[in-house]
Order: sequence, then C-alpha cells, then structure tokens
Amino acid sequence: MRSDLPKYKTSDEVDFVIIGSGAAGGILAKELSTNGFRVVVLEQGPYLTESDFSHNEIEILAQDKLTNHPKLQPNTFRKTPDEKAKPQRALVYGRCVGGTSVHFTANFWRFHEIDFVERSKIGAIAGTTFTDWPITYADLEPYYTRVEWEIGVSGLAGASPFDPPRSKPYPMPPLPVKSSGVIFERAASKLGWHPFPAPMAILSQPRPGRSACINCGFCLAFGCEVGAKSSSLATAIRMAEKTGRCEIRPNSYVHRIETDANGRAVGAVYFDEQRNTHLQKAKAVVVCANGAETPRLLLLSANKQFPNGLANSSGFVGKNLMLNSGAISTGVFEHPLNDYKGFAVSRLFHDFYQLDAQKVGFYGGGGIDARFDMTPIGFAMGGLPPDTPRWGKDFKAALSHNFTRTMEIFCHGTSLPLENNSFSLDPDLKDAWGLPALRLTYKDHPDDLKLVNWLNVRAQELLDAAGAEKKWSYPAQEQQFAVHLLGTCRMGNDPKTSVINPDHRTHDVKNLFLCDGSSLVTSGRGQPTMTIEALAFRAADRITALAKRGELSA
Amino acid sequence: MTTNELSRRTFLLRAGTGISAAWVSAHWPALLSAATHARQSAKAATPPKFEFFTPEQAAEIDAITARIIPTDDTAGAREAGVVYFIDRGLVTFYADDQKTYREGLPELQARVTEMFPTVSKFAAATPEQQDEVLHSFDENAKSPRRPFRARPGAQDFFETLRQHTIAGFLIDPDYGGNNSGAGWKVIGREREHMFQSPFGYYDKDYVGWQRATKDTNKS
Repeated sequence: MRSDLPKYKTSDEVDFVIIGSGAAGGILAKELSTNGFRVVVLEQGPYLTESDFSHNEIEILAQDKLTNHPKLQPNTFRKTPDEKAKPQRALVYGRCVGGTSVHFTANFWRFHEIDFVERSKIGAIAGTTFTDWPITYADLEPYYTRVEWEIGVSGLAGASPFDPPRSKPYPMPPLPVKSSGVIFERAASKLGWHPFPAPMAILSQPRPGRSACINCGFCLAFGCEVGAKSSSLATAIRMAEKTGRCEIRPNSYVHRIETDANGRAVGAVYFDEQRNTHLQKAKAVVVCANGAETPRLLLLSANKQFPNGLANSSGFVGKNLMLNSGAISTGVFEHPLNDYKGFAVSRLFHDFYQLDAQKVGFYGGGGIDARFDMTPIGFAMGGLPPDTPRWGKDFKAALSHNFTRTMEIFCHGTSLPLENNSFSLDPDLKDAWGLPALRLTYKDHPDDLKLVNWLNVRAQELLDAAGAEKKWSYPAQEQQFAVHLLGTCRMGNDPKTSVINPDHRTHDVKNLFLCDGSSLVTSGRGQPTMTIEALAFRAADRITALAKRGELSA
Repeated sequence: MTTNELSRRTFLLRAGTGISAAWVSAHWPALLSAATHARQSAKAATPPKFEFFTPEQAAEIDAITARIIPTDDTAGAREAGVVYFIDRGLVTFYADDQKTYREGLPELQARVTEMFPTVSKFAAATPEQQDEVLHSFDENAKSPRRPFRARPGAQDFFETLRQHTIAGFLIDPDYGGNNSGAGWKVIGREREHMFQSPFGYYDKDYVGWQRATKDTNKS
C-alpha cells in the first residue's frame, strides 16, 4: 500500500464511512473523495492487487481466495418461511477490495426504459410486490454514460435495435469476436434475430496504468492480472486513493451501525484482522455491502430504538430478493472454437427482452448470449455431455474432443419480487465471529421458470440452426444458490413499501445511505452490475448535494 | 529454464512489445515475483519423497488415478504426476480431506480382496479388475453441472480422489500439477499466457459485424 495515503483515526469523525468496496462502494468512494470529502472505506476482505491474482483454479474454486468463505461464513437455505432452514452454501460474493467486480464476467448491459416502468405498462401481478421504480431510465442515462467512460466499457453503440437511447457512444470498440460469437451471430441472423457485439467492462484498448485485454481466458471467478477487467479495484478505488482523502481499510468486518439517542448513525463498528473491535466515527454512513450483507448488517444493528433492525420500519429489509433466472444450452461443434481464449461473451441478442405475456402466457423477458466461461478443471467437472462417463477412457476421450469444441448459450431473465424471498438472520447458525449467519429463503415465481425454459428452447433452436454436432440442456429448476443479490432494500417514495428514497437515503435514518444490488426495484434481464454502478454515480451526486446543503449535519 | 518460465516470459515479452508496454514496465517487478513464486511451487510439487502418503500408499493412489485418467496414445494422470500433486495437496490446500484418504484407501483395498481374493492390492490387479472395483464405489455419484455456482462437498473417497485427479491433471502447470502441461496437451489447451484473435476455426474468416437485414420483430 502506498505511504502517502491518509490514515484516519477511528475517533476522527470523517465525512463518510463506506461499508464495502465493490461495484457501488468503489464508485461512491471515488466520487465522494473527489468531491472533497474525507472518506474511510471498510472492506471485510483483504487488499489484493494484480500481482496476487493467478490462474490457480484450486485457490479460486477450492479455497475461495476471492470470495466469501463457507467455513468462516456458513449459510442456511429453505424454500419457504414455514420450513426450518438447513445449513448449505447459499451464496457467493467477492470478499476482497473491489468486491464481486474483481471476479465477475463483466457483461455490462444497461437496463432498458421498460425495466423502470414495467408495472405501470403491464399491470399488477398477483402475489408479487412488483412495482415501478421512483426514477426512470432518463434519470439514470447520464450515469450509465459516466460508467462507460470513467470505468471503461467496450461495445458498439446502436448495434442492437432494442437498445435504449444513449447520449454518447462507447469509449472504445468491442472486444474481438470469438468462434462462439460467430457461430451464434450466423445462426441467430438466420432465425431472424438481431445479434450484436457484447458490451463488456473489459478494455479493448489500454488506459493509463491498465492493459487492454490479453485474452488469457481466466475471467469468471478470477481476478484480472493485467487490470483489463474494469473492476472497482482496477478503476474507482485507485482514483479514490489518488485524491489523498480516501483510506481503504481492508480486513475490517463491520457488524453494527451505531446510532445515538436521536436515531442518527454515528459510525460503523467492525472487527479488525485480530478480531479487536473498533468504532469508526463518521458524519454519515453509506452501506454498499451487497444485497445479502447490507440487509444482514441492518438486521444485526437492531437496538431498543430500532427493534426490527435499522431502517426497517417497512419490514422490507432483506425481502423481495431477486436472483435473476437463468438456463444454459451447450453445444459441441465439428471444428475447434478454442473458446477458452479471450473472455466469456462476444455476442448476444435482446429480441426477447420484452415478451408479450398475452401471447406466451407468462410475465418476463431476457437476453441470450454466446459464451464459454469454464476453465479446464471446471470444464472437466461440469462441461461434458450428461451421458459421458465420469472417469476412464471414454471420459478422457470426451475431454480431449470437446474442450476446444464446446460453447454455451446462456439465457438470462427476469425474476419477480416476492416478499417471502429474502435474506435474514439464521436463528441458530453462527459465523466464525459468533454472529448470526445469513439465511436464504427462496422459491422462484413460476413465471420466472417458464420464462427461462421458453428462452432455452430458443437457445436450442439456435444450436440446431448452427449445426451443432451435439447439444444438451437441463430444464431450469428452482434456485437454491444466489449470485445476483437484488432488491433486498428497495428504493421507493413510500416509506411503508421501501427502505431507501430516490436519494438512496434510508427513510428512517437521515444520515444513513444504502447503495448496491439491494437498491434495485426490478431485476432487469440478468446483468445488474452496470445499473448498480450507474446508481452509485447518481447516489454520489445526490449525497453530495445534500451534504453541501448542510442536511447531513446533526 | 523450465517451460513454465518460458511461457511466463513469452507472455511478458509479448505484452511488452505488443499491447501495452507502459503497463508492463510499471508492473514488471510484481510480475517477476509472481513468476518466481510459481516456479518454486512447481518445484515443490515433485518432492523427492512423499509428504503424506507412504510409498506403498502412493503406489496405490497412482494406480487408481491411472484408471480415472488412463494412459493411451496420449499422457494420462500418471505422466502428469497427479499422485505428487495430491500428496502435496493433502498437507496444504487439501488438508481437510486427509481423513477421507486415511479411511477410504484401506476400505478400497479391502474391497479389492473381497472381490478378487487372490489379489493383494489395487496396483496388483488387472486393469479390468481395477475398473470393476472402482465402479463398485461409483454408484450414485453425481457430477455438479456448474461447479462455480454450487460446489458439493467431497462425498466419499472415490469422488474426492476423482476430483483431485482431474485437478492434478488439468491445473495450470504453474501451480504444482499437470507436469509439463501433459493434461493441457490432451485437451488441446495451449500453454501461452496471452492470445490474439483469431482464436478458432469459426472466427478466422469473419468479415466483421454487420447489422441484421431483417426487420425488427419484437415478440
């Protein structure tokens, strides 16, 4: 770590303490420190950098070097609130400076206009908490553009006829096409669909201090060794540190937000690496801990004044969880694609972004992409056709034939918000620090499953049109494992049915702000990070304006 | 100079002359240190003697891995040195699985004699007998479809050993397995650390993205 960076004392009341350094926390740290505020970022994971990253699948897949650890941080799962939850690994998220943006695939789709107003357009859906956002696409558009230019997104503006309006083109051209992308593009065009170059938060051209993508192929689950992936680590965190006003404090596990007699937040209580407890004082607290840990922290912060958890007068903290629905079809082709080279996705289409519920018989929509995101061990464990023996001569022969010839069609879709779907505190299980573990309660809305299965039929039509020599798929099943963590502290104008207002300020605690996947009101079509980052840029503007008007002081 | 070193160095040089020289010069010391670390790990992966297994146990494990990924006209688990990878793993990153091996291996050896009374140990059985023994452990074992999203715990000895064998065969050779990249040769994965387009058969004659000509057809 650089020596010229500020070190704030915990007793020094800084302007903002930000909890979490991922997609949202990194950008808020950059923006607020750039705007002149003194900022401490508390990150539960370690401060790793490019030289710590590797292609070691054991470190990543067996040792969880970059992610939450199932032994230290166990979870429980149940389908419905009347069940007793069972211990089971239930979610994965990034646990290092940069958060999940360090190891994600980097698909960077904007939400479309419809995602913000869909409830008004199609009407209520019984049994759900489906509702409109209090802001529109137009409100967020300038911030999507800022993400693309300041963080670095490659793509081709106007290439999809379904794209929402934009004020500027992408700052750099799309990444090169992969064989999977060519196969996909040809077959989709043949079927009358509109494939286009995938917008990716991966550099196709170098930027100061960062390499363009070197096509090493270790994207999903791995940290980028050359800074080409536009994680918060490679972008916003460095810019925040450059201001000289932002301290990134790793290995700091926040487990309570302290409030005073007036119901105002006074700071964040955390364990350091040696498990000593500290209170970092701040004029305002911004929680960006992700859609699971943010509600958990609010629930852990319950006290006499806030017996149901902080900022939870609505009872909605942790609820309305949306994971995005998904399904995959896999195909093997005659000639080598060598799709292990490059990055995950080079082509997709949005023809089914908004399906007509009257025609198809269910609510929803999605995107379909061409990808290969498996590294060699992962491929041998899960990338072969289901009828392949699991060991022996034929297993080896299949590995040898298929590794270079396989691609996947990934269908991403909507999830409807349901009050029962949630993250909450498990009443029995504790983490390694003795705090209540995360409990996932989740049962997909039937429409979510119908949707991805419908999309998956299109994926198989595409593989047929492409002339795959073999193809297979599995019907989408109810999910028991969370990656996209959305909607659990939703934004809204009504304090009875939402946790934060459109400024990301909690309705109940005036100097407490939340911004991450938990803020989302609807799920989008499967790629939330771009929207989380646009929200973070916007939240920083709103919070700065409030602070400059003196509205955050006691 | 080992192949590891060469591939890493080729990566550095090509990165330096090709894509972004400024980045590489800024990060050169860190990259060199990573390369050194990887080389040391790779060296440590083939110790003169085993750290967890006795030589007898190692011979049994080696024989089992050789049935999981057999040697034919290309290298198998044996040539990739998988037994060394597992041995080192069991005193480091696979330490949690020690008990599974301690209890599982004698159980498997007992099964050998039970099924083939004249055979004293797994390594002494014929390949056909060996496969029969392994099949008797393989019932109900299921392979996870998306290992990153939902990884089940290693259920039993054979499943654990199967997964460890695959890992030792296919891990990036910089990290103490897959000796000389033998496993990657089998699956057709090149050792380079960076690649340039075109990548495969289908993108080599690609003319560039063109707008679809058909009318937009929203469903």
